[in-house]
Parts: sequence; C-alpha cells; structure tokens
Amino acid sequence: MKNAAGKDMFSKLVYERPKTLLDRRLHYCPGCHHGTIHKIIAETIDELGQRENTVGIAPVGCAVLLYDYMDLDILEAPHGRAPALATGIRRALPDRVVFTYQGDGDLASIGMSEIIHAANRGENITVVFVNNTTYGMTGGQMAPTTMLGQKTTTSPYGRDFRTEGYPIRMAELLAGLEGVAYSARVTVSSPAHIRKAKEAVRKGFEMQLKGMRMGLSIIEILSTCPTNWGMKPLDAQKRVLGEMADYFPLGVFKEKKQADFE
Amino acid sequence: MTTSAACAVKRILAKGNEAVCHGAIAAGCRFYYGYPITPQNDIPEYMAAQMPKIGGSFLQAESEVATINMMLGTASTGTRVMTSSSGPGISLMQEGLSFMVGSQLPAVIVNIARSGPGLGGIAPSQGDYFQATKVAGHGDAHLICLAPHSVQEMYSLTMLAFDLADKYRNPVMILGDAIIGQMKEPYEPTPYTSVVPEKPWALTGAAGRAARSVKSMFLKEGEIEAHNWKLLEKFRKIREEEVRFERYMIEGAKFLIVAFGTVARVAKTSIQWARSEGIPVGMLRPISLFPFPEEQVREAIEGVEKVLVAEMNTGQMVEDVQKSTPHHDKIRFFGKPCAMPTPDEILAQIRLIAGVKQ
Repeated sequence: MKNAAGKDMFSKLVYERPKTLLDRRLHYCPGCHHGTIHKIIAETIDELGQRENTVGIAPVGCAVLLYDYMDLDILEAPHGRAPALATGIRRALPDRVVFTYQGDGDLASIGMSEIIHAANRGENITVVFVNNTTYGMTGGQMAPTTMLGQKTTTSPYGRDFRTEGYPIRMAELLAGLEGVAYSARVTVSSPAHIRKAKEAVRKGFEMQLKGMRMGLSIIEILSTCPTNWGMKPLDAQKRVLGEMADYFPLGVFKEKKQADFE
Repeated sequence: MTTSAACAVKRILAKGNEAVCHGAIAAGCRFYYGYPITPQNDIPEYMAAQMPKIGGSFLQAESEVATINMMLGTASTGTRVMTSSSGPGISLMQEGLSFMVGSQLPAVIVNIARSGPGLGGIAPSQGDYFQATKVAGHGDAHLICLAPHSVQEMYSLTMLAFDLADKYRNPVMILGDAIIGQMKEPYEPTPYTSVVPEKPWALTGAAGRAARSVKSMFLKEGEIEAHNWKLLEKFRKIREEEVRFERYMIEGAKFLIVAFGTVARVAKTSIQWARSEGIPVGMLRPISLFPFPEEQVREAIEGVEKVLVAEMNTGQMVEDVQKSTPHHDKIRFFGKPCAMPTPDEILAQIRLIAGVKQ
C-alpha cells in the first residue's frame, strides 16, 4: 500500500549498499573475507562523509581490482610500495584522506621497509592490512605470517622455524613506533567480530581527519583464504578464530589520544 | 639602439647540480624526494634548504625504491615532482619507472651518473646510456632522455623536462654525470614561460565527478596489447616531434664527431684546435638521447669521410650511430670509461681519423 507521495507505507529502509561500494559482482572466492572488508571500509568512508575526499591505494594481490569495486579515486601500487605512494599523495594533498589496502606478502615481506618508515614518519594514512597467512593471488605460497607447520606451495613440508623463521606479528611491531597513532588486530569471522572490525577501521580513518592527524594507523585483519588453505569456508572461519587468533592475538595495541598532543 | 642589454637576465655563477634545482623551481616543482648518493648530493641538499621556504616539500626517503614510489604518489595527483640520483640508485628505481610509464605519469629524474658497474666509483661516466635510453625497467617502456652539456642546459633542459613529462605523461630523465653536476660556470636563469597543461586524469578525490583510477594493469582480453600499442604510438610521436640536437662547426666538415654531454663539451675545444690546424671537423651533438637524432646523424655522416664517436664508456651510443647509417666503415669509436677525456686526447683522435701524422 502506498501513501500519497507514492512511498510504501509499511516498509522501512534498514540497510543499503554503501555509496562508496559499487554495485558490481566481486571476483573473490567463496569464504574469502575481501568482500566483507571492502564493505566495512566503504561504510566507514560514507559515514565519515569522505567519499569525495579520499584517495585509495590498490595492492598487488587479489584486491588489485579495488578500483572496480569502490567509487573512489584509486592508484594502483607496485607490490609492497603502497605506503610510499600514500606518502606522496598525502604530502601533495594534505587535506585528503588516504588509505592503503595491503596483504601480508605485500606489507610484511616485500614492503616491510616502506611500511616501517611510513609508520615511523607518522604519515597521516590508514593502512588496512589483510593477513591470511599466504600469498593468495600467486597460488598460496609461504608468507612472513604463515603459521609454523602450515603447508603452502613453497613450504610443502610445513613452515619450519629452523629454516623459515617465525610468523611475524605486524600490529605489535608497528605499535612500538612513535609515529603510529593506532594499531589494532581484528577479524571478520563472525557478525560480532565484524562490528568490532568496523569500529577499528573507523578509528583508523578518524586518526587522519582534520583536527586529529596523529600519525599512521594500521588495522590488521585476520582473514581467510579457503582456496589456498584447501579448506571449506566454514572450516576456514574456525581456523581464523582458533589457531590464528591464538598466535595473532586480537586487540588494540596502541591508540593515541588527542590529549597526547596538547 | 637596442634594449636587449637592459632586458637580459643577469648571469649567475652556479654548479650544474644547483642549476638543475633552479630550473625545477622555476618550472613550479615543489616536491622533491631523494636518497643520498655521490655525486649528486648538492641537489637534495639544495632542495632541503629551499623547499620549505617556497611552500614546497622535501623528503629524504628511506631508499631509492621508496623515492620513486613517493614520486608515483605525488605524480598521480597531477603535481610536478622530481628526484635525483646516480648509478645504483637509478637501478633501484627501475621498477617504479616502468610503473610510471605504464600508468602514464609525468615525473623528472636526474641521473648525475657515476662509474659502474656495481658500486663502481664516483668518477664521471656515460655508462648509463643504455639504461637511460633503451629501457625504463621491465616491459616495453621508454623514458624521454635529455643530455645537457653546460650549466645553462642543466637549467633549461630541466625546465623542458617538466614540460615534456606533462605533455606526454611519461617520466623524463636528465642524464648528466659527475663533471656536469659539479662544474661551475655562469649561466642565464631565463624565465619559465610554458603553460602547465590541465590534468583531467589526476587523483584528487572524486568530488563532483566520476571516480578515476591510475593503473598499469590491464587484465581483460586484448587490453594490455591495446595499451602497448597506445604507448608505442606515443613514443612514435615523441620520436617525430622531440628530437633535439646541436650542429657545431659542421660547415664544410670532412670529419665528424658525434658526442653528448660532457664529452661533447670537451670536444668543442678539440674541434677549435683541430680547425686552427686546418682539419675540417665538426660535431653533431645529440641533446635528446631518446628520441635519438637518427635522421640528423645519418645526414651528417653522408657528407663526411670519417666519423669519431666519443663517449665516457666502452661503447654505447655508438650503437645508435651505427643504426643510423649504412656507412659503418666510416665510424671510429673512442671510449674512456670512468674518466673525462681531455681536449688533447680527443684532438689526437681527430688527427687519427683525418690521417694527420702526430
């Protein structure tokens, strides 16, 4: 039944696609977390009213097509270099919101130098770090975050600390740098966790808004890669909340307050 | 009665490396990223002092890899940006240069070349010719490459480099060396008069317009091939329209020198000396190394008996000279890797091709 204005009288809009997210079919595998993570970033940008003021950086990896999914200006980065690109954008356009979207091979392996120095300089950027313990796009090779004993295509007998070292905890490592304003580790493996992840992403973006600008923020998101893990989607969720969260504890490792600067 | 004397720009005494900075600042460059390496440190030091005074930004990057990627970020916003480096640093930038060509981003890279390979040494060299003219990292990628031979040109070609970078949306390299960078001489800082073009591709936040992306990856069927043809078409246009060269004392010459940069500068003295001995020698000096002045070199070689290609390396540009002409038998190469040849040394080579007993 419609009212005089032609509106449906008995329905109320409770949910809609964020404007920042384009109405496109995602190419990600079943059980992959990229879609959910894209959505919470898009919601955050909408809620902060920053869609027209944001430049994003797409990584090398499965999420390289970020520009096909988000209605934002987006620059494509060489593997690992996103924090350097973000530095170059943010310095040229100091009033824009700039974020990078990076995987574990990208950020913690080839791009370790760029992330550490951008963090140490306190660049006013937000880093969304998707940690799924493997290189997804290239076919499931070992990453710096691969768990001990985890079999990958380049650690076919399981990661061995005697030859490959240990999985690296980036959120804690970066929290130790003075230039970092916010560092948290979250996951999106359940609705409750998605809400917490969204809060963290929002905090991360707020840190670089006018009046804040307290330094780099990083949100590490423990994620799945069912295809390369050889797991069903549900089993992959369980792995994130079990084995992975045991080694990579969830939580906030650093949060600067405005008062710290006054 | 002329007023030109009153209008003339006052000459100033400067190092080549300083003149590069003057040219960049005159052309409106306010963003510089770089990493220390000899023999170009005067450039970042000058920019570190000047940028904050003129509303610009200087940042010492953690590496040349970060440098070129910071430039990529700044260039993507449509903002003019420059770096300078040498040998190993330029090698580290190759990945980013390829991304810039693929993403069609303008930037200016100054290579104050030192000796290689490897750590080599800090002596001047033209051993980076192949790297500067044949490739920009991986893929079918080229830089536009300009080679100054005076402090004046370090200034004016730097300004031109920014214009060409914007015009073609492609990185441009200034290829100097330790001599041209450290050499001091008076020059005229002529005013910058070009109009900076609109950049309707720049990433500034999608305010009141459709979102844009700047990228070099094209995955859909046929896309990357089409992109390569498009880039080739651009390079073809650059070859057609941006060839720059100087003909020096070429009137009536029976002998020809082809040299660029520092070596060309030295050769000018040798040519004057040879002319005073009655040897009719002149020079064709490529100023743009990419595009190489193939036609002009071919034509100049037609009219002479012998050609001397002189370089501060073991033979690189000579291959482009050979490519330009069927008369390979006329060409003699004189190379001095990692050291500046003296006017006497080049004079001796001129006498040799002229068949004058020494």
